Amino acid sequence: MRSSLDENKPIFQQIREMIEDDIVNGNLKEEDQAPSTNQLVAYYKINPATVLKGFNQLVDAGILYKKRGVGMFVAAGAYQMLREQRKQAFQEQYVWSMMHEAEKLGISVEEIKNMIDSMKERQG
Amino acid sequence: MPHKIKADKVSLQFQNKQVLTNISFELEGEKIYGLLGRNGAGKTSLLSVLAAFVKPTSGSIAVDGEHVFENANVMEQIVFIRDVKMDDENGKAKKYMKDLSIFRPNFDMDYAERLIQRFKLPTDTEVSKLSRGMQSALHAIIGLASRCPITIFDEAYLGMDAPAREIFYEEVLNDFMEHPRTIILSTHLISEMESMFEEVLIIDQGQMIMHEDAETLRDSGVSVTGAVEQVDLFVNGKHILKEQVLGGTKLAMIYGQLSEQEIEEAKALKLTLGPITLQELFIHLTKEDKQ
Repeated sequence: MRSSLDENKPIFQQIREMIEDDIVNGNLKEEDQAPSTNQLVAYYKINPATVLKGFNQLVDAGILYKKRGVGMFVAAGAYQMLREQRKQAFQEQYVWSMMHEAEKLGISVEEIKNMIDSMKERQG
Repeated sequence: MPHKIKADKVSLQFQNKQVLTNISFELEGEKIYGLLGRNGAGKTSLLSVLAAFVKPTSGSIAVDGEHVFENANVMEQIVFIRDVKMDDENGKAKKYMKDLSIFRPNFDMDYAERLIQRFKLPTDTEVSKLSRGMQSALHAIIGLASRCPITIFDEAYLGMDAPAREIFYEEVLNDFMEHPRTIILSTHLISEMESMFEEVLIIDQGQMIMHEDAETLRDSGVSVTGAVEQVDLFVNGKHILKEQVLGGTKLAMIYGQLSEQEIEEAKALKLTLGPITLQELFIHLTKEDKQ
C-alpha cells in the first residue's frame, strides 16, 4: 500500500504495481487475500472500473486468481514469477539509466564496478 | 438497466450569443463521467440542456431514445445539482428534503440522514440561514440520496472546504458501487477529481473537443526533455502541445502515444521521456492562444 497515488501514471498500473510490490516484499503471501475493490476505491478515491482493470491484468498474468463471491487471492508461484520479471526490469531500467548518467559524467564501467564494491563494503 | 444518453448536434444560442455548437456524444451509462471545461466553456449550459432545464436552439438530447425536453417520464430520472444559494428558501433541512423527495421516487431518507450526520449539517437552522459550505452539503446530500438513474453534479463542491469535498468524493464512489447509475461531475478542479472518472468529456468554447476513456487520456501525452536540437529532431511532425527552452535544454509535450520504435529512437537521442498529467493535457488543449 502507498499513502497516495502518483498523478503521472495510469492509475490501474499503479494498482497493479502496488499489489506486485506487496507480493515481492512479502506483505502479501501466496494464497493471501488481496485488498478488495471497495477498500481501494474508498482509500484512494478512485473509480471502481479502474481498480478492476488493474486486478484483471493481474489475473490475466497469473498473479492473482478469483474466488467467486469471496475476492482475489495471490496465486501459487506469483512470487517467483514477479521476481524474475523485476530482475529483467532492473537491468532495463536501473542499470540502463545508471549507465546513461555515468556516460554523461564520463564514468567508466570499471569505475562503476569499483563504486558498487565500495558501497557493498560500507553496507557491511 | 443502464440509461443511454445521446446528444445529437446540440446547439444553443442565448441572446445572440453562441453558447453551444454542434455537440454530439453518447454515454452508455452506469459510469462516472467527468465533464471538464474552463469557466464559461459551456458546461452548465450543456448540463442544463441534458437536464431539460433549457431547450436547445437546434439538435436534441435523448435518454433511451426519448427526448428529454418537456418529457415528465425522463425528467423524473434526472437530478441536476448546482451549487446555488438558497437565500429565499424557507424551512429546515429535513422539511426541505421531504418536500423535494415527492418528485424523487428513489429518494432514500435514511441515507440522507446518514449524510446529514457525516457533513454535520445543522437540522435546526432555516435552510436560507445555513453557511455557504452547509448549503453546498445540502445540495450534495439531495443529489446523492435522490438515487436518480442520471445524477448530475455541476461544480457542486464549490462552497465546500477540503474535508467536506473529501466526504463528498467518498460518498459518490461508495454509493455508486452500491447503486450503480450514471453520474456526471463537472469540474475544473481536475487534479483533485480526475481519478474518480471512468470517462472524460472536455468542452471548450461551446464545442466538445474530447470524449475518451480517462485512463487512455491519462496515457495519451508524453513529455520529452533533452538537448534542444535532439528534441527538435524527435518531435518534428508530432502534435506538439507545449515547448519550452531553458538554456540548452528543451522540454516538449506531445499528444499521442509513442511506438516501441520511437521510444528506442528517443533513447538513442538521449532524451528523457515522461508522462504528462490530465491537468496539463487539459490546460494545453483548452488554452486561448492555440493555433
